[in-house]
Amino acid sequence: MTARIGVVTFPGSLDDRDAARAVKIAGAEPVSLWHGEPDLHGVDAVVLPGGFSYGDYLRCGAIARFAPVMGTIVKAATDDGLPVLGICNGFQILCESHLLPGALTRNQHLHFRNRDQKLRISSADTAWTSAYEKDQEILIPVKNGEGCYVADEKTLDGLESSGRVIARYVGGNPNGSLRDIAGITNAAGNVVGLMPHPEHAVEELTGPSVDGLGFFTSVLQKLVTT
Amino acid sequence: MARVVVDVMLKPEILDPQGQAIANALPTLGFSAITAVRQGKRFEVEVDGEITDEVLAEVTRAAGTLLSNPVIEDFAVRAEGEPAAEEVATVEATDADAADVKAAAAESSIAEKSDADGPA
Amino acid sequence: MTSVDTVGTAKSTPDVEQPYAELGLKDDEYARIREILGRRPTQTELAMYSIMWSEHCSYKSSKVHLKQFGEKAPKTDRMLVGMGENAGVVDVGDGLAVTFKVESHNHPSFVEPYQGAATGVGGIVRDILTMGARPIAVMDPLRFGAADHPDTRRVLPGVVAGVGGYGNCLGLPNIGGEVVFDPCYQGNPLVNALCVGVMPADRIQLSAAKGVGNVVVLLGAKTGRDGIGGVSVLASATFDDDGPARRPSVQVGDPFEEKLLIECCIEMYDRKLVSGIQDLGGAGLTCALTETSAAGKSGMRAYLERVPLREASMEPHEILASESQERMLAIVEPGKLDEVLKLAEKWGVLATAIGEVTEGDRLVVTWNDETVVDVPPGSLADDGPVYERPIQRPNDFDLVQADRAETLPRPSSAEELRETVLRMVASPNLCSKEWVTEQYDRYVQGNTVLAQPEDAGVIRLDEESGRGIALATDGNGRYAKLDPYAGAQLALAEAYRNVSTTGAMPIAVTDCLNFGSPEDPTVMWQFAEAVRGLADACQALGTPVTGGNVSFYNQTGHTAIHPTPVVGVLGLLDDVARRTPMGFREDGETLILLGETHEELSGSEWAWVTHQHLGGVPPKVDLDREKLLGEVLVAGSRDGMLSAAHDLSDGGLAQALVESALRNGVGARVVLPEDANPFVSLFSESAGRVLVAVPRSEEARFTEMCTVRALPWARIGVVDAQSGALEIQGQFTVPLDELRDAHEGTLPRLFG
Repeated sequence: MTARIGVVTFPGSLDDRDAARAVKIAGAEPVSLWHGEPDLHGVDAVVLPGGFSYGDYLRCGAIARFAPVMGTIVKAATDDGLPVLGICNGFQILCESHLLPGALTRNQHLHFRNRDQKLRISSADTAWTSAYEKDQEILIPVKNGEGCYVADEKTLDGLESSGRVIARYVGGNPNGSLRDIAGITNAAGNVVGLMPHPEHAVEELTGPSVDGLGFFTSVLQKLVTT
Repeated sequence: MARVVVDVMLKPEILDPQGQAIANALPTLGFSAITAVRQGKRFEVEVDGEITDEVLAEVTRAAGTLLSNPVIEDFAVRAEGEPAAEEVATVEATDADAADVKAAAAESSIAEKSDADGPA
Repeated sequence: MTSVDTVGTAKSTPDVEQPYAELGLKDDEYARIREILGRRPTQTELAMYSIMWSEHCSYKSSKVHLKQFGEKAPKTDRMLVGMGENAGVVDVGDGLAVTFKVESHNHPSFVEPYQGAATGVGGIVRDILTMGARPIAVMDPLRFGAADHPDTRRVLPGVVAGVGGYGNCLGLPNIGGEVVFDPCYQGNPLVNALCVGVMPADRIQLSAAKGVGNVVVLLGAKTGRDGIGGVSVLASATFDDDGPARRPSVQVGDPFEEKLLIECCIEMYDRKLVSGIQDLGGAGLTCALTETSAAGKSGMRAYLERVPLREASMEPHEILASESQERMLAIVEPGKLDEVLKLAEKWGVLATAIGEVTEGDRLVVTWNDETVVDVPPGSLADDGPVYERPIQRPNDFDLVQADRAETLPRPSSAEELRETVLRMVASPNLCSKEWVTEQYDRYVQGNTVLAQPEDAGVIRLDEESGRGIALATDGNGRYAKLDPYAGAQLALAEAYRNVSTTGAMPIAVTDCLNFGSPEDPTVMWQFAEAVRGLADACQALGTPVTGGNVSFYNQTGHTAIHPTPVVGVLGLLDDVARRTPMGFREDGETLILLGETHEELSGSEWAWVTHQHLGGVPPKVDLDREKLLGEVLVAGSRDGMLSAAHDLSDGGLAQALVESALRNGVGARVVLPEDANPFVSLFSESAGRVLVAVPRSEEARFTEMCTVRALPWARIGVVDAQSGALEIQGQFTVPLDELRDAHEGTLPRLFG
């Protein structure tokens, strides 16, 4: 049975079609989810894609987090362990809805920056990173204007000591994120937020590598074993 | 129709690169007395009728739920023309909306209380 | 509340003084309006004529020259929609059609760099959307004043942030463009924006409003006072409590609104819900109403009070003149109106029925039941004035051409040549533009195969078949200043060459003609020559112009910019997997220079960087050579004979070698031809040349193809992946790190 992975479209989502493509290449069936409908159509996992939901107005992800579909997703992620991957704008939405701690703020250098970025996977113990090895280095694009991860010292220490930082920037920090944090997970390891875009590194022809595919195949492994 | 103003600022400990860039630019334009700048947002909220305590409380809840991100921002609410009645960023679980913010506090462990700085 | 000037009032008060001159209309034009209408125009009608008959909308100074693009157009079966509609459409096979166009937003970008550039992108995207296409990529040819001038530091970062801010938010990858610095653009930066879109060939949309009873629907943002500065002279003398009217001269873009508009329109097209559609650009509702009714040869009735307004105090002429962004006009059959409104609601797009198509041939606009406009739409859209402006060859033209750069002091020793290479690659026009291009999303939509700094942007259209397109934009104001006819041809040749370098077959052209004031006979001469040159070259190369834009009045006082025709070329790839990238990769591959090098330094980057010299004649144009070169490159790519290819242009061979080496950090050993001056070999800007890297195993096959086809070629070296350097044998060696520091350090140093 092919796993079904939902990809949410908010007004202004941009990388939803790319996320769906990545899901397909990984071997699962992408299911389009509309922001205005609370129904998840029985999907096995959900991706909150990149983009500028609601134009990034007010704050990135601030309005999208109140979408009807998010109510269902928050509950399913908290109560039922639904795997949720938030990419870029999706990460911002996860922080705004408090499924993940901290916040994403304006890049330190104040510019939008699109780069092929080296990352180190710091935890392979989550639903979305199990296909990688710990400390594996991968190359995937990062592209954002508000990607600087911040949290207070206590939170950051807590994330690190509990192994909840899942990826860090290496070879340069593209946005000023504290402790070079590129992605984090919640305590249960089913909700992951990642600033860079793995869905843009799934084909040799169009990406800097195919290193991004692991995020999508990881969750398939998880679904098979559940 | 009356207007309530909500001022939102980044918490003091949060890096404000935009404010810094502005502060760096001012001396080059001849403004030598200015030593620091922090950038925030001002929301002008229109309400029907008079500004009662209930109205202020509702705007305060809106400020804590949507207009600001309590993880990184503080806010102040006042009726236009009045000085800020009080700094508001504490989380009183008066209804479901605020409970949302409380859940955030539990998750992030960042205190929701603001500092006692007044607005500029 | 002032009373509005109605048709009835106009009939009964024929002798009222009207400020037509302040609105830019000449005496004879005003007389003609009265003749067309059989009475004096109402205030609103006067505003509409002044807008539609302005240079910007009517192309009155350029029309007589531009018709050469049609007259000399090479025959092609691919053209599905030619010039005349918002953008041209070409057939690319597999039932797909591609539409593309380049436009300018120059003056607004000098006033407010971020918003000027942002709304420039927004405008061209809507032009593509209105043809029925999903926009899939953008490009930005940008030209600024001197790189180290304080005002450039004001303009450039804002423009780049605006292009990125708007394009990124729409989800359009930026796949190429230009950043050029020259003092002549100091007070007149050029912000040209290109957009390309794709659609099933049976989903092409046109603008004609046909079908009596069809509903005219306004979609998108509310209408405000943006951009109506010009017609403000018509404002009522008294203001009410709204206070002094806010008349923003700057249009502010809302890319989120445009993103919703795109999704809404695409779904409308897929569901066949509209019979005509037009975007609202310059001249807003005036242009949209007149062009749709004129194109449909039908009548139209519009009820202005139904237009959703941002400011309640707006008057009819303001509503019609408004240039508020993110709006489209759709013509919808009555039976489909409900579905359109529901669809708009789903996407959060405002949709309002504001009129209908009528019998007859008049455009009638009412304001709360009072008729303020009753005109034949064709008189506004098609019958604008046509000027034959005087042209005059500049008096110093021959003098400038005689002042050749070939005789200027030049580097000769190896040390001097080495120093020159480093100085050149660090110079603002030749340095790395990564500081700019990093601010653009290149990945969104997941189909970008090549993007800057590659020679052309390549986009995959079909994941199954691998079919794709390539796009390049080029221009050279210096060449055009020295010889506008040749300069325009060289711009086309360069874009054509850049496209074929990636392995794509060039098929169509768009152009943005940036010039000074048409009231200056020497500028008009430059324009006439450039258009003639471009039309002749398009004919020779077999690539027709499908659409474009003219931007006049790019001058401060009496000083015009260099004539700057910017040319965009669209090419086709059967399989994007076979595209040829520009970077050296495999150790030991043979480097071959295709084409011929002559001593051509006039108008070159070297002459400018070293001597601030602009004089002489630009490099010779050989269109047959360019065509042949293109064929060889496409064949070479298709048959897997080429590992890399990079065209030679500004900075000559030296620049091409450095760029190809730095691309993947792989060096080369180069042997310059013995019988030529090393300086000339490195820095001449002769046209019709491309540098290729050929696998040893393909060398014989490739060079034989070139020989058989009579394309001059010469072995000039070998890829050297071990050295980490670029070696010009017998002359000098530069480590790649040193080249990289020089190349990448300039823009960050200037713009932070």
